[in-house]
Amino acid sequence: MIPEIGQFALALALMIAVVQSILPILGAAHGNLLWMRSARASSVAQFVFIGIAFLALMRSFIVSDFTVVNVVENSHSLKPMLYKVAGTWGSHEGSLLLWVLILATFGAGVALLGSNIPDALKARTLSVQAWISTGFLSFLILTSNPFERVFPPPLDGNDLNPLLQDVGLAMHPPLLYFGYVGFSIVFSFAVAALIEGRVDAAWARWVRPWTLAAWMSLTAGIALGSWWAYYELGWGGWWFWDPVENVSFMPWLLGTALLHSAIVTEKRDAFKSWTILLAILTFSLSLLGTFIVRSGLLTSVHAFAVDPERGLYILGLLGVSIGGSLGLYAWRAPAMEGGGLFAPISREAGLLVNNLLLGAATGTVLFGTLYPLFMEAVVGTKISVGPPFFNAAFIPMMLPLVVVMGFGPFLSWKRADLKGIFQRLRFVAVLAGLSGLAVWYLTEGGPVLAYLSVAIAVWLLLATLREWTTRIRLFEVPFGDAMRRARNMPRSSHGMTLAHAGLAVAMLGFIGSSAWKSEEIVFVQPGAEIAIAGFDVRFDGVERVQGPNYVADRGTLTVTRDEEPVTILFPERRFYPVAQSSTTESAIRSTLAGDLYASLAEPASEDTAASGAWTLRILYEPLVNFIWIGAAMLVLGGGLSLSDRRLRVGVPRRAITPAAQATPAE
Amino acid sequence: MTRILATLPILIALMVGGFFLWGLNPDRDPNAIPSVLISQQVPEFDLAPVAGVNIPGLARADLTGNPGPVVVNVFASWCVPCRAEHAVLTRMVERNSVRLMGINYKDKPEDALAWLDELGNPYERIGSDLNGRAGIEWGISGVPETFIVSGAGTVLYRYVGPVVGPEAEAEFSTALAEARAAKAPRT
Repeated sequence: MIPEIGQFALALALMIAVVQSILPILGAAHGNLLWMRSARASSVAQFVFIGIAFLALMRSFIVSDFTVVNVVENSHSLKPMLYKVAGTWGSHEGSLLLWVLILATFGAGVALLGSNIPDALKARTLSVQAWISTGFLSFLILTSNPFERVFPPPLDGNDLNPLLQDVGLAMHPPLLYFGYVGFSIVFSFAVAALIEGRVDAAWARWVRPWTLAAWMSLTAGIALGSWWAYYELGWGGWWFWDPVENVSFMPWLLGTALLHSAIVTEKRDAFKSWTILLAILTFSLSLLGTFIVRSGLLTSVHAFAVDPERGLYILGLLGVSIGGSLGLYAWRAPAMEGGGLFAPISREAGLLVNNLLLGAATGTVLFGTLYPLFMEAVVGTKISVGPPFFNAAFIPMMLPLVVVMGFGPFLSWKRADLKGIFQRLRFVAVLAGLSGLAVWYLTEGGPVLAYLSVAIAVWLLLATLREWTTRIRLFEVPFGDAMRRARNMPRSSHGMTLAHAGLAVAMLGFIGSSAWKSEEIVFVQPGAEIAIAGFDVRFDGVERVQGPNYVADRGTLTVTRDEEPVTILFPERRFYPVAQSSTTESAIRSTLAGDLYASLAEPASEDTAASGAWTLRILYEPLVNFIWIGAAMLVLGGGLSLSDRRLRVGVPRRAITPAAQATPAE
Repeated sequence: MTRILATLPILIALMVGGFFLWGLNPDRDPNAIPSVLISQQVPEFDLAPVAGVNIPGLARADLTGNPGPVVVNVFASWCVPCRAEHAVLTRMVERNSVRLMGINYKDKPEDALAWLDELGNPYERIGSDLNGRAGIEWGISGVPETFIVSGAGTVLYRYVGPVVGPEAEAEFSTALAEARAAKAPRT
């Protein structure tokens, strides 16, 4: 009964979405206020009905209702409760349902919180949102019904892929989708503005908080995903440039560009058509990601099980939404006038550089991701593009961006005084250079690029802090006054400082863990000793452990340093009998200085298992935790900005009195 | 000018979309990565015979200068599908007079010996790849894997997984027939 209610609720939501696709936008064209305002009720109703469907599916998972095909395929009665719940979005169908639920959440959010948005723009935006909603709801109902029944029901399910049975990964899709789909609202705003033919500072102000919320969530989702890959896959790597990672990274890069270009549109009335284009493209890339993951177009370790019919349907959706919006853009954008002029050295120019580099980086990642497809289609040869290409193409673009990031916030609008900035940052530049040299002195070799990157990361960190101290006039006025200034600063400026510093911190993590990683892969018998990065690791053997729905071989590693005991690590290799697959549970000793990371691989061949020999992988990754700390700072910085009174989603518009000093870049 | 620029995104999107449409062809399998060795010379390797098995080992030299194509099969006694494949290979050797070479991958000599005693030995030569080094040179992703090498020592074809079942056998036989029909093997 309950699954049928879910099914029915989905169908109702589709009906409502169809109505919402037409009525409000017609109302906006005819100036009919009643029709325009119908979007409010229909957005909320969509959210409610999709929510009912989602809860119905979740309930089927919680009670292990094996009359539902989706539960049979992705759950098992012995699975821990958390993963039963997470199993709801562990499959193609369930995750798509989550997708539309978040889509409806954002729609309802705009309907309820956007009281300051003019009726016509709001009506058009919500209609566009309903077009997306109609497309995906019909996709869900027609090709991937999560409530399909099976009779007679099997005795038990096939279990969720064991790799996905993990706390980090249970939370990863919701966050990622919140980011992906959050950009849908920005897209809808952009299309609505194109239909109206008007973009102004006010428009940018309404769009910015939504962009920021989506961006924060995407940042958190990507960081969580990479953290999961780090400890779950057993390689100690946190980024593989896999197509599925790339498709989540591209909207992030472009979303970051959008975040910055919207500032220019708001403050200076410039970059209008560019901002609109970014808004369209960012969501297009989110859709592209959804398409690639679910169509089997590219080879990836993360892709869902696929069938071509679904791929074709999503491609149709992509064609309509991306093609339609870009067509509209080609038709309408040339009419948009640019705003204020600016000198080559100014905050606008700095943000332009930011946008160009981020855009170019996105293009590079896109090209590298799709290149195997192009090659296969044109030449017929199959190749795969791996990390060497991406590292060689991407890093050189990012380093200049980070250099510019250091002094960007010092630039004033329209025309900046470069000389004054150089004087302020001389000391910082010297310190950054020295830090690069210090690292060179302290380490035993490493790539030159790594020392340069360290210097650049330190430059960003110090320049960002310097900008902050300048702003609150720390050390210039009494400390109490400075703190009062800090309190009176708009929160969004603190948010920027925190996020920029976060990137610098994360960079140190990227560099440390990739340039100075030590790795030992050894074939061990109990009693073997391995020395790595100043630690001595003794392998004490492996024992069998029984888990709730798996059997594990747990290794014991005693770690000492200069004869002093440090810790004991228990890496595991788990076997899930139902899913017939194994996972690696690495054991990690985390410190700020670095992680000692151990994982057990399967015995090299069947008969060595009997003799107690295992393949053991031990890594030492310096500074790796700075990646997650930096990512957390990025997210918190975004949150701080979002909580700013002036960015608050629902407040009426009011004039901004700029601070007496420099206007903070947010 | 602005109009041209504004039209650019849609043009690029349409082009990429066309590639996607092509890529959705259901017969296409993006996961089938071909061997980089195809149409290359066989890699350099030299393996001792399996201890106790009275046939010679296998080296690169044995795969160049043959009158016709030979089949190189990577197997191990601990690999279950190899057992099923063994019967197919044996049949090929007996009925189609295929010349079969073996690479015994990461296997204890005594286990390999017992396995061959039990199932019979269709191989002309077997190299013992104890540490898996030759496996790396050949770029194998697991066992079993089977290669067809031309008389001159060019790798013509690679089959990943056991050659078992009508489809796999048909595909393999076709490749073998083509290899035999090829007059002057390209090097």
